[in-house]
Amino acid sequence: MASAISVAGLTKRYGEKVVLDDVDLLVAQGRVCALLGPNGAGKTTAVRILTTLTRPDGGRVEVAGVDVLRQPRTVRRRIGLIGQQPAVDDVLDARQNLVLFARLHHLGRRAAGVRADELLEQVGLADTGTKAVRLFSGGMRRRLDIAAGLVLAPQVLFLDEPTTGLDPAGRRDVWDAIRALVAGGTTVLLTTQYLEEAEQLADDVCVLDGGRVVARGTPRELTAAIGGDRLELVVADPGRAQEAAALAERAAGSGPPADPVGDGQRVVVPVARRRGVVGNVVRALDEAGIAVDDVVLRPTTLDEAYLRITGADRPRTEVSA
Amino acid sequence: MTASGTWTDDETLAARLRWALTDAGTVAGRDVAHWRRQPAAVLVGALFPVLLLLMFVYLLGGGMVVPGGGDYRDFLVPGMLALAMVFGVEATMTAVVTDTSRGITDRFRSLPMAPSAVVAGRCLADMASSVVGLAVLVAAALAIGWRPAGPGSALAAFGLLLLLRLAFLWMGIYLGLLTRDPATVTAVQILVWPFVFLSNVFIAASAMPGWLAVAAEWNPVAGTVTAVRDLFGAPVGSGGGWASEHALLLAVVWPVVLTVVFAVLSVRRFQALSR
Repeated sequence: MASAISVAGLTKRYGEKVVLDDVDLLVAQGRVCALLGPNGAGKTTAVRILTTLTRPDGGRVEVAGVDVLRQPRTVRRRIGLIGQQPAVDDVLDARQNLVLFARLHHLGRRAAGVRADELLEQVGLADTGTKAVRLFSGGMRRRLDIAAGLVLAPQVLFLDEPTTGLDPAGRRDVWDAIRALVAGGTTVLLTTQYLEEAEQLADDVCVLDGGRVVARGTPRELTAAIGGDRLELVVADPGRAQEAAALAERAAGSGPPADPVGDGQRVVVPVARRRGVVGNVVRALDEAGIAVDDVVLRPTTLDEAYLRITGADRPRTEVSA
Repeated sequence: MTASGTWTDDETLAARLRWALTDAGTVAGRDVAHWRRQPAAVLVGALFPVLLLLMFVYLLGGGMVVPGGGDYRDFLVPGMLALAMVFGVEATMTAVVTDTSRGITDRFRSLPMAPSAVVAGRCLADMASSVVGLAVLVAAALAIGWRPAGPGSALAAFGLLLLLRLAFLWMGIYLGLLTRDPATVTAVQILVWPFVFLSNVFIAASAMPGWLAVAAEWNPVAGTVTAVRDLFGAPVGSGGGWASEHALLLAVVWPVVLTVVFAVLSVRRFQALSR
């Protein structure tokens, strides 16, 4: 199947600072790809380059089969962009906004009106009448913003942190709208800081950190790759949690990189092999005189995988590059 | 989906030009829709110079003596008309900053529209609103007894005023593109005041001490003010310096130079948005 997004060797610098460093990305048609990463990872810059707003310093970028540098206008006809903040006119009503954007997509006057009505129906804003957008709730505003990105039924839709700043209800609203689009076959690239969002919506996840792709795969693959299991202990004396973490880590035989966590009474250590590990750890702690209230052996969550990939426990050699 | 009006990179120059105009009209139409929805905001904007006019004529006018004789009201009205044009820089800047800070400019830039239409539309809309603003101020001036000279020279005077507005419009676009912080508009608002006071808008330059008089006469607004006074048949209150003698020339040269400089800077700045 053809790629809706094809990026090879994408590089972007601002002065000395490398924002994107040799990024490759392929998204097949009809898939939802999440660019996941902390603030400053380069997610927004990547989206801005893919949507023709920012020029790259190097690499090849094709969206919907078209080169973004050579034919930016053709790309703009085939994509929809929903930025970090709802970019809609506050003073106008929802329909006026959509007619404006439809006219700027070069639809005729009547076609623009028809399309605006269809879109309002699609995102559930058909009953807002002449109410100014400034009186909308965050979720409603976001839905209008999404509708504005759909005027020409884009082949590829970009969403840059679509739910940042929304309450849970607004977030569910937006997720539903995105799912409906995906069901219609649109390719989606979304950026997010929230793992849950990537898990909920994406077929593929690409983890970006410091401008580089540090991991990629399906949400399930990512979890599996980072891996293994975790042993979670509750120690009776919080003062000895750190000591317990170190002991448990050694007893669990987890190879480097290790990231024992000991906050309060809870201690979490990565586990290399399940067999015998609970007995080993409990025995080691018992010998050290640390009382254990509870022990659980469980799979690594995607959250932990994410923190592991982007977090401070990353081997130092990778950071300096 | 079938869109009748399409635009791709291989389109002809004529088609691009046509879309550039159409899109600029569409973008300007957005402002017209704003005015329809918020007539009060438009009214307040137009009434502020009227308020200033009344204040200066009735509160301070009694103490004003026009050098060379003549009525202060007749002296002041052309100055106020020019002042209203200069104030336009704030309106333009506010509109531009609001759009960039809210992501609307980027949304426009991500659409398959003519990129030039983003600023061209702003330009059209602000010129239109300035015509309305001028009309309101002229109506108020007529109401308090101001009587300009013949229609021909009055038309030329309005032409010069709108030319001045164009210069400050492009200055506003440039300043608006420089910042994403709406608070900076306030700084510009504060700077506009000494700028217009240091001109012949309220007081004849000849009534000022030496170096101030020179600065006031060479103020980019001064040429327009003196030329418009002359065209309206108002007392000019000229000090007789070179700048005053050649007011009409300066009324054309200053705005044209400012327009060209700020239009070039604005286009550069706009292109730099994609860096």
